[in-house]
Amino acid sequence: MPAAPELVCPAGSLPALKTAIDHGADCVYLGFKDATNARNFSGLNFDEKSLHEGVAYAHRHGRKVLLALNTYPQTDNWPSWTRAVDRAAEAGMDAIILADPGLMAYARRTHPTLRLHLSVQGSATTHEAINFYHEHFGISRAVLPRVLSLAQVAQVIAQTPVEIEVFGFGGLCVMVEGRCALSAYATGESPNCQGACSPGKHVRWEQTPKGMETRLNGVLIDRFEAHERAGYPTLCKGRFEVNGASYYAIEEPTSLNTLELLPELARVGVKAIKIEGRQRSPAYVAQVTQVWRAALDQLARNPEGFRVDARWMSELNKVSEGQSHTLGAYHRPWK
Amino acid sequence: MKLALGPLLYYWPREATLSFYAAIADSPVDIVYLGETVCSRRHELRLPDWLEIAQVLRDAGKEVVLSSQVLVESESDLKTLRRIVQQSTDGFRVEANDMGAVRLLSHQTPRPAWVAGPTLNVFNPQTLGMLQDLGARRWVAAPEMSCAQISALRAALDTPLEVEVFAHGRLPLAYSARCFTARHFNLQKDSCGFRCLEFADGIPLNTREGEPFLTLNGIQTQSAQVHSLLGLLPEVQAAGVDILRISPQGQHTDTLLHLFRRVLDGALHPTEALASATPLLPAAPCNGFWRGDAGLTQHPALV
Repeated sequence: MPAAPELVCPAGSLPALKTAIDHGADCVYLGFKDATNARNFSGLNFDEKSLHEGVAYAHRHGRKVLLALNTYPQTDNWPSWTRAVDRAAEAGMDAIILADPGLMAYARRTHPTLRLHLSVQGSATTHEAINFYHEHFGISRAVLPRVLSLAQVAQVIAQTPVEIEVFGFGGLCVMVEGRCALSAYATGESPNCQGACSPGKHVRWEQTPKGMETRLNGVLIDRFEAHERAGYPTLCKGRFEVNGASYYAIEEPTSLNTLELLPELARVGVKAIKIEGRQRSPAYVAQVTQVWRAALDQLARNPEGFRVDARWMSELNKVSEGQSHTLGAYHRPWK
Repeated sequence: MKLALGPLLYYWPREATLSFYAAIADSPVDIVYLGETVCSRRHELRLPDWLEIAQVLRDAGKEVVLSSQVLVESESDLKTLRRIVQQSTDGFRVEANDMGAVRLLSHQTPRPAWVAGPTLNVFNPQTLGMLQDLGARRWVAAPEMSCAQISALRAALDTPLEVEVFAHGRLPLAYSARCFTARHFNLQKDSCGFRCLEFADGIPLNTREGEPFLTLNGIQTQSAQVHSLLGLLPEVQAAGVDILRISPQGQHTDTLLHLFRRVLDGALHPTEALASATPLLPAAPCNGFWRGDAGLTQHPALV
């Protein structure tokens, strides 16, 4: 049985970072306050001061800090991204998480000892794709898009020297990360380039006689009746009409939760479990980190006897989108 | 500028597909991209069938490129990918649509020239320069890239290469492990009944106000509106674009190719061409991406 995977937790702010460390995260990941990362939301992320304090806090507790630089620089804004790589190296990051090959080449050349992870935004779903980044940039780890079955994850791991990290919990992208321009189509801003999906400045909430309507750049994403809880209009999670039927045509508002697969993920050699949610509160981070720490510790103590504690699931469901969860692509019928 | 016919994104019955490409042999298109790029379960045509079409089109004077699948998941997908890549040294160029394909192409000896497809997320000259070092000789820009972004990238390259843009068709916007067509029919992907065969232009998805918004095409999600640069061709030409990609649609693809050709030949004004094309489209036109705007918007031509 390989060692229990590392727990990689989201830190959208310094309080969230400290909370994650205090509740047992092995690593935290964070981003700068700009478009260089895929959670470019106002009020979120780190400036120099909070970054240094966060890194010091994590390192004092023997934990690691990863910096997400996982959007794609354009010709005219390239220097902002290389500067971000330099800042990360100077700040003593344990690794940077990149998607753009050109930027990886820069990082490898300029900071040869800096550890590189391939972001989920790199859309690498096979060992051939992952080994491409390994050959050219010596990446140490790759984060898999949320599209593969467990057997497929195992096949990837068997054929690459690169460590594999998978998403364990949190908001679920139903599309292959890095291969979705739905937000760009509706708003002109995308996760790939601006670091934001369905950005808040395009969102309108409007109470109408037909119910609460949520719009994204004018496009009706959903309409809620009085007894329904109105959710944020992430455009793939709205209700639409197809052939006269009105339903969640793409995906329900739900969270990924792979807790019950944890022994299998560890057995096939997954090196790290990522928790989504840099845009969520420190309270969310505390809740989720605590449950996953308990699960990973139980797995380490007694791999054969691992049982999902019902309380873990109810705690996680409380903070799940739509208060429900799914195994996503790990579960064949989801597809 | 040259005209290219993009890979068929929909799943048409075998006979319909064969007769579509038989007619393409006589159409005013210079380059034809062939193969299944969307879903590995689609097999009305298999690789030997595509190669047969490729041969016929090549004999008719077309440049033929074999496109690789965008989302590669299983060992069997990889096997298909390797067979396609093999063709790159046996006579046909290959369009790489994921980094696994790039790796396999760059390992071929002798190293072939290949096409960097629109899903590789190439947004800057550093990345494209690296792909050029590995054999990329043509780059298809991601559909969401604007004229300004494409021009800036092109101008910053050390070595020029052919630049192709997605010039006409419903925009391929997203890919998923999930099949939305199967989901619509409450079927599982593994037993989907190949319902995609019934929808030559995909399944329209409207908002609850009845506004066309997206199109479901198996694991791919497209725009509802038809992205078209037909009315903007002078500015596309001025941006230094070498090749225009027209994406096959259920009907009238040949007429659309002729309209593009006549504008390029100076025989038809772009605005008139767009007016003639609009009634032939499955939905209203849009062109926002070209202007750096939300993709669903429609801008008039610059005067």
